[in-house]
Amino acid sequence: MSTTLITDTITVFSRELRPVLRDPFSVIFSMVQPLFFLALFAPLLPDAVGGESALQWFVPGIILMSCLFGTSATGANLLSEIMTGSHERMLVSPLRRPALIMGRALKEIVPTLAQAVVIVAATIPFGFRLHLMGAVVGLLLLALLGVGLGALSYTLALACKNQEWMFWAVQQTLVFPLLLLAGMLLPIDDGPGWLRTLSRLNPLTYVVDAERALFTGDLASTAVGRGVLAAALVAALGLLVGTRAMRRAVA
Amino acid sequence: MHTSMIHTRGLARHFTVRKQTIKAVRGLDLCVESGELVALLGPNGAGKSTTLRMLTTLLPPTAGTAHVAGHDVTSNQRDVRRRIGYIGQGNGAGHSQRGRDELISQGRAYGMSASTARARAAELSASLDLDNVVDRVVSSLSGGQRRRLDIALGLIHAPELLFLDEPSTGLDPQNRANLQEHIRRLRAEHGTTIVLTTHYLDEADQLAERVIVIDHGRIIADDTPARLKADHAGDRITLTFGHTDDARRAIACSAGIAAGAQIGQTGATVAIQADGGAQLAPKLMRSLDESGIDVASVEVARPTLDDVFLNLTGRSLREDTSVAATTHEPDTAVAQEVNA
Repeated sequence: MSTTLITDTITVFSRELRPVLRDPFSVIFSMVQPLFFLALFAPLLPDAVGGESALQWFVPGIILMSCLFGTSATGANLLSEIMTGSHERMLVSPLRRPALIMGRALKEIVPTLAQAVVIVAATIPFGFRLHLMGAVVGLLLLALLGVGLGALSYTLALACKNQEWMFWAVQQTLVFPLLLLAGMLLPIDDGPGWLRTLSRLNPLTYVVDAERALFTGDLASTAVGRGVLAAALVAALGLLVGTRAMRRAVA
Repeated sequence: MHTSMIHTRGLARHFTVRKQTIKAVRGLDLCVESGELVALLGPNGAGKSTTLRMLTTLLPPTAGTAHVAGHDVTSNQRDVRRRIGYIGQGNGAGHSQRGRDELISQGRAYGMSASTARARAAELSASLDLDNVVDRVVSSLSGGQRRRLDIALGLIHAPELLFLDEPSTGLDPQNRANLQEHIRRLRAEHGTTIVLTTHYLDEADQLAERVIVIDHGRIIADDTPARLKADHAGDRITLTFGHTDDARRAIACSAGIAAGAQIGQTGATVAIQADGGAQLAPKLMRSLDESGIDVASVEVARPTLDDVFLNLTGRSLREDTSVAATTHEPDTAVAQEVNA
């Protein structure tokens, strides 16, 4: 029987997903910080921003934050498999190299969406309103970004190989500027010029803006178009460099 | 083209570390026929694992060619990968996974249907005595159980050629014996070609029909263990005396009888390496007796592969282990190594 790129990807995807399904608590773990922000930061927000509940502005940012934390750390799983030897075992198998990165990155969709659903469900009782169609598109956009960020995290793991500290140093150094510069927690609009310029260079800025538009039902806005483009670029870049890194992976 | 299972020509691998070129493997010409059981023997850093990594497509060669199971390791990687099995030094199963899940995934990776993979996983876990632990998370398994799971993963697709990199490192003597038994059975029942690396002398000696001794990235000897020992090392007679002076006198006395033998002294002990040790020992005893030298004890030992390595390189293979390789007591030293 022969394999294809698709069957290989499914093999890697389901292998990655199994421990998550068997131990759903691991998904909750990367949500702890976003939930704290939600519980301890949201009460400080003004009641309304531009005539709407402040939650309408804040919750999409927290959803993205949860996605960013979870997917950027996921390379640690690969790193541990590089160190223990199971990555080496898979490299000797006939699994196609792109499948080794795609299957892993696609698996990020599951925890990312699960976390987003938990956050939305937790905030609806406090006045968060969502447009159903917009929310569905918003989640698809989030999934696309999650695949890209996950692929980049796996690429970082492949680049760091046996140096776990380096993986975490780079991940931590990048995550917080990306988070703050995207205007997830505080609006960037009133900041100084240099900050706004940096923010415009951050693809996550466009995705946050798109998510905010989508959850309020503004499906046709240019913000959505830009967000989809930004997420698609991150996903394409992630899978490209990830596949390259996996092809070059030597044990 | 090449009908051999493994055929390399000038296979080399260099690494660059801080602008220095390290030649880990220097021009290996190797030929392994279908059905052979071969051990690559050498000290740590000799280039055994690097060779294995090139043959298993994990590492691209710097120079030379290698055909494995009929395909080129650089231009036809996936065809090589489909036909070989590999059991590396680490744990093949992910620590957060369950053994059975990993076995099924592994089967899927080699193109088996879900039901075939499941059946094969059950079959292997039964034959490797893993039934009780195969549904547990891998991180909760003992070292020996994980190693057996590694073997099961490597065998899922019944490869025609199996590579094992230091398979018994970290195993206790009982698990090592089990592992060797599995390897022999695999060979006997399925005719699998097996190539393993080891720095355990007794393992290469007992298990392999062909031992390739590698040092500094080159093959320095290649034969059956028996022929290697016959060609490169003699029997060892160890005489112990009451006094160092007796030992010194004994050397002068022995030199006449054991012509061409290597004779060395450590304190009150004299070690003589020569062919036909069993015939030589009684003659020596008589001669020493006539000279009035009291022998406290005598021991005649067959040569080991370490003696072969020592004679070929002037170094002991055991230097890289915790056992100090100063005295000439092959059997006890090996036993210590096993228990280490």
